[in-house]
Amino acid sequence: MRPAFSVIFFTVTSGCGYGLLFLLGLVLAIHPDSINRIDALIPLGTGAALVGAGLLSSTLHLGQPQRAWRAFSQWRTSWLSREGVASVAGFVPIIALVWCLWRGADADVLQALGVLLAVLAAVTVVCTAGIYTSLKAIPAWRNAYVLPGYVLTGLLGGASWSWLIGAWSGGAHAQPALMAALAIASSALKFFYWRFIDTAPAASTPESATGLGRFGRVRSVEAPHTEENYLTHEMGFVLARKHATRLRWISLMLIGAVPAILATCVDLSQSSAFAVACATLAALCVTAGLFVERWLFFAQAKHVVMLYYGGTRPHHV
Amino acid sequence: MTTLPPATRKKLGLVIDLDICVGCHACAVACKEWNDGGQFGPLPDENPYGAEPLGVWFNRVHSYEVEPAEKGKPAMTVHFPRSCLHCETPDCVTVCPTGASYKRAEDGIVLVDEDKCIGCKLCSWACPYGAREYSEQRGVMQKCTLCVDRIYNESFEEVDRQPACVMACPTRARHFGDLGDADSAVSKLVAERGGYDLMPEMECKPVNKYLPPRPRRDGCDSMPAKSVQGDNVDFSTASPLLRWMDKVLSR
Repeated sequence: MRPAFSVIFFTVTSGCGYGLLFLLGLVLAIHPDSINRIDALIPLGTGAALVGAGLLSSTLHLGQPQRAWRAFSQWRTSWLSREGVASVAGFVPIIALVWCLWRGADADVLQALGVLLAVLAAVTVVCTAGIYTSLKAIPAWRNAYVLPGYVLTGLLGGASWSWLIGAWSGGAHAQPALMAALAIASSALKFFYWRFIDTAPAASTPESATGLGRFGRVRSVEAPHTEENYLTHEMGFVLARKHATRLRWISLMLIGAVPAILATCVDLSQSSAFAVACATLAALCVTAGLFVERWLFFAQAKHVVMLYYGGTRPHHV
Repeated sequence: MTTLPPATRKKLGLVIDLDICVGCHACAVACKEWNDGGQFGPLPDENPYGAEPLGVWFNRVHSYEVEPAEKGKPAMTVHFPRSCLHCETPDCVTVCPTGASYKRAEDGIVLVDEDKCIGCKLCSWACPYGAREYSEQRGVMQKCTLCVDRIYNESFEEVDRQPACVMACPTRARHFGDLGDADSAVSKLVAERGGYDLMPEMECKPVNKYLPPRPRRDGCDSMPAKSVQGDNVDFSTASPLLRWMDKVLSR
């Protein structure tokens, strides 16, 4: 699949934003008393900004963005519509929390809004993953690794930004250990995901696509058109295997090893400047690594329609 | 509404005979011609006379070579028209966030309401068959309408109320009818010839059916290969006239 930058930017930034909002929601739900106003408002604002930027970016992918409001209507069947509804609903606790934290509110209210924020953030990320896992035509997306992948990488992004904010503001919610655990879990999951998509046997073949398998092996001898069309442009994106392997390692380093090492190193020195440097580097690496991971998620996903164009066996040389 | 109708009263669709399709692309061209000016048009082309033309077509004709596993058997060339299969459970409809994609309860035709489409392209990702093509110029998704603006068009003679591709096919490789009615001509054809679904593993339950090529005649090896004997033609047993001509021309 052709990696569209607007969609990659959307899934990465909104994933990080919802991860951050989810963690903040949890903190508010568990310790509504202990968190001070500024320590809650900064991650709330950052999370809302990341989510908002992602949503705006996703509309750039549309051919008719002025009609985007229609996307809230088909939540009964469409994960994309559900995601739209959940993402807008998520702004209700965000705005309510800004109001309550600014004006001061009871712990009970903060706790309830924290729970709502965490739930809606989680639901939105699950809906995002649902868009991809519902597509039977793209086997690399319709498997058991994709949903946990979106959840874990969202949490990892959120944890790295949370640590960054905590380190810069000297606040209480710096969680390098949590981020290190998520970094290891995310990179391990991606490793096994890639092994899965490389080795899983294909359910569809040129033979099943044409139904001519009973007569023998099917080979495309002439495409319907000499130039590209929408299908070959959108679904026929090919990434050379040698580049894929290198990009996978870069991504594993950036979202796994480097943040885990930084989270371990931060305890070596008591200096707060060192902690800020570690947190900043970790957030930068994780975010960059997620961009590489998401780019690969698209670039390496093969669509079965390419079977009609003879696009299985010669691919990925 | 992207919720699928539990059942459709009719299952209108096409039956495509791979045995007699000659790969002339007349169906594709007739489709483009009709739909460019029809109710669901235009079907714009980008850069039509430039180096890399790109445009929306609802029909695409592929050509395949099928190589039998058995050694010595000749390979088969099969021309393969590909268009929307108007599936019974189309994923392209259920993923649509706006309700622009829908399946008609009355006849099962899958359509796009171009006034509601936001151009998110998700339906084209969901379709395993490549039935949907996006128009960059119009910013909406377009697809085969089964010529819904022809088949019910009362300004046409009854015989002409057929999809443009079916009308245009010079070998009658395309048939249109109600595949939900077991007594229809198309259903009988499917039963008789063993019509089949493309990629049944995708569980979209296509309505359109494909008829397999009939078995080819064997005996390539035993064919008297007079025409390929080249220079070594033996004229000693030929007619006197040919022997004389051989003699004259050999001087």
